[in-house]
Amino acid sequence: MATHSYTSRRELEQHSFPPAVALLVPLAAVVLQALLPKPFPKLAILDLPLIVAVFFAVSRRNPVAGTLTAAAIGLLQDALTNQPIGVNGMAKSVIGYVAASIGIQVDVENMSTRLIMNFGFSILNSLLLFLINHRLLGLPGFQILWVHELIRAAVNTLVALPIFMVLDHTKRLD
Amino acid sequence: MESFFTRFKNVLVLVAVLLAQTIALAIQVRRPVESGAPEGNKVMLIRYWVVAAVTPFERFFLGFGRNVRGGWSNYVDLRHTRQQNHDLQDQIAQLRLEQAALAEDAMQGHRLQALLDFRQHYVATTVAAQVIGTSGTDLSRVFYIDKGSKDGLKPDQAVITPDGIVGKLRDVFPHTSQVLLINDQTSGAGVLLASTRIRGILRGSATGRIQINNLTPDSRIKPGEQVLTSGGDQVYPRGLKVGTIESIAPDPDHQPYTLISLRPAANLFQLEEVLVITGTQSELPAQTKKDLAVGAATAETQAEASRVAAAEAAAEAAAKSAAQIVADRLPSLHDPNSPDADATKAPDPSTPKPVGGIVPRPQPTLHPDRYTPGSAPPATSLQPGAPNSTGAVRRNSADDDTTNQPSPTTNLPSAAPKKAPKPAPQTQPQTQPQIQPQTESQPN
Repeated sequence: MATHSYTSRRELEQHSFPPAVALLVPLAAVVLQALLPKPFPKLAILDLPLIVAVFFAVSRRNPVAGTLTAAAIGLLQDALTNQPIGVNGMAKSVIGYVAASIGIQVDVENMSTRLIMNFGFSILNSLLLFLINHRLLGLPGFQILWVHELIRAAVNTLVALPIFMVLDHTKRLD
Repeated sequence: MESFFTRFKNVLVLVAVLLAQTIALAIQVRRPVESGAPEGNKVMLIRYWVVAAVTPFERFFLGFGRNVRGGWSNYVDLRHTRQQNHDLQDQIAQLRLEQAALAEDAMQGHRLQALLDFRQHYVATTVAAQVIGTSGTDLSRVFYIDKGSKDGLKPDQAVITPDGIVGKLRDVFPHTSQVLLINDQTSGAGVLLASTRIRGILRGSATGRIQINNLTPDSRIKPGEQVLTSGGDQVYPRGLKVGTIESIAPDPDHQPYTLISLRPAANLFQLEEVLVITGTQSELPAQTKKDLAVGAATAETQAEASRVAAAEAAAEAAAKSAAQIVADRLPSLHDPNSPDADATKAPDPSTPKPVGGIVPRPQPTLHPDRYTPGSAPPATSLQPGAPNSTGAVRRNSADDDTTNQPSPTTNLPSAAPKKAPKPAPQTQPQTQPQIQPQTESQPN
């Protein structure tokens, strides 16, 4: 009788997703992000692609997959803005990598962990965007409003929790 | 070596991805970053792919929402349409009057510009477009419209609404275009303060506000002043509304300049439809000329009407009787509380003027009796054969047509109260032989 031995959390809970979900959910996030601020301008504070990128990264628990998925989502976002392509791509690549690395170490199914994780990644995303725009691209007028970014992180965290719960149903245990 | 790549595979992938994107960024920003500067073909191709993939969804949801809203507003929610139509008709009438008032000035200004050989660029052709989506982030204030190069749009064309300017076209795809809003950080426009005629440069900010930050402190610049496009940027035609000055404060980063914040004329945060200016011309457009002609005609009609009214007023003033002038000057003879007070007003021009000078009116009767003027009914109301009617008729015949004169022999106590007491005649009966009751009762 064959026996399984799990040596790490990664081997214990590594998930994958159907190709349709892996393709359509990020696309839907980008489309929704572009659509929602039109009737509700205040919703521009949301970052649905970031939430989706974090979810896929922590669920797959694979830094390479997390990095590439997040980079692709970031590049999609960049293509719809007037910024140079790569700004969001770079920021989300880092976040995808860090999120996947954290997912190996921490129980990301826990609600409070998800809360802290989403808040932290939203702040990290703002910080990375500021560094890329201000330092790498050298945009003189670019500034970061920290109060606004804290509010953005809080709102994204609140929205991320139900989205994570919905997307949990699409997981497939490897 | 193999173990190195295996061991650090994850980090190496991250570094490779970041390096690739850094190189891509370096290629894109190799030249100085200019607002709205066209990019390389490869980047355009990436944007083209993504926009081509995303905009069909945006169009679908926009069309769906429009149909739902249209079904509701066109078939269900028509409750106040009639009242709204009436209000709009009133508004049109009001606007026509305003147009008439402005038409003369506009035509005069246009003639003066022609004399000075001033090349003004008027909006000649526009393309109406629907907003279908946004960039999705408040760090990049752009939106997408459902018209592109197939509709004649080109980069750097101005985008406006009837309220004011919105932005300019940045990337133009075959069926879609990206519009850079004026409140984006990379946006700019040449502006002119409407009353002080000071020129400035408008810029967007990180907070989404529009600001002028290249002017030094000037006491003439006040909050509430309107700001227009100057036309100097070769994008926005001159004279379009930009916004109004909201606040003026010293710029902490660039002393001694001031930071003038504006409230945009157009609602930049909730746009549904916009107009893209596809062409300008130095002559006034035909429709505008027609509107001006209509306005001028209305102004002439108004002027004619006011001339007629002034002439009537002058004639009325000339017809004002001297008796009334004297009555106005003699307050003792003029009791404002009495019902005769109206008699001091200007009389009907059709009333014959008194002959023989001015006669003061008698004092009001303290104890009225049947001899009191106005207490007896007119002769026309008396019936032949009635008691005392003979005397009354005889008496009234003697008085001839002075029907308002008292009749001493007439004793009709029941009839007298039914008739309103006649006001005392201002002139003697012989000088004003016939006083029509209708004339007395008519307000002047």
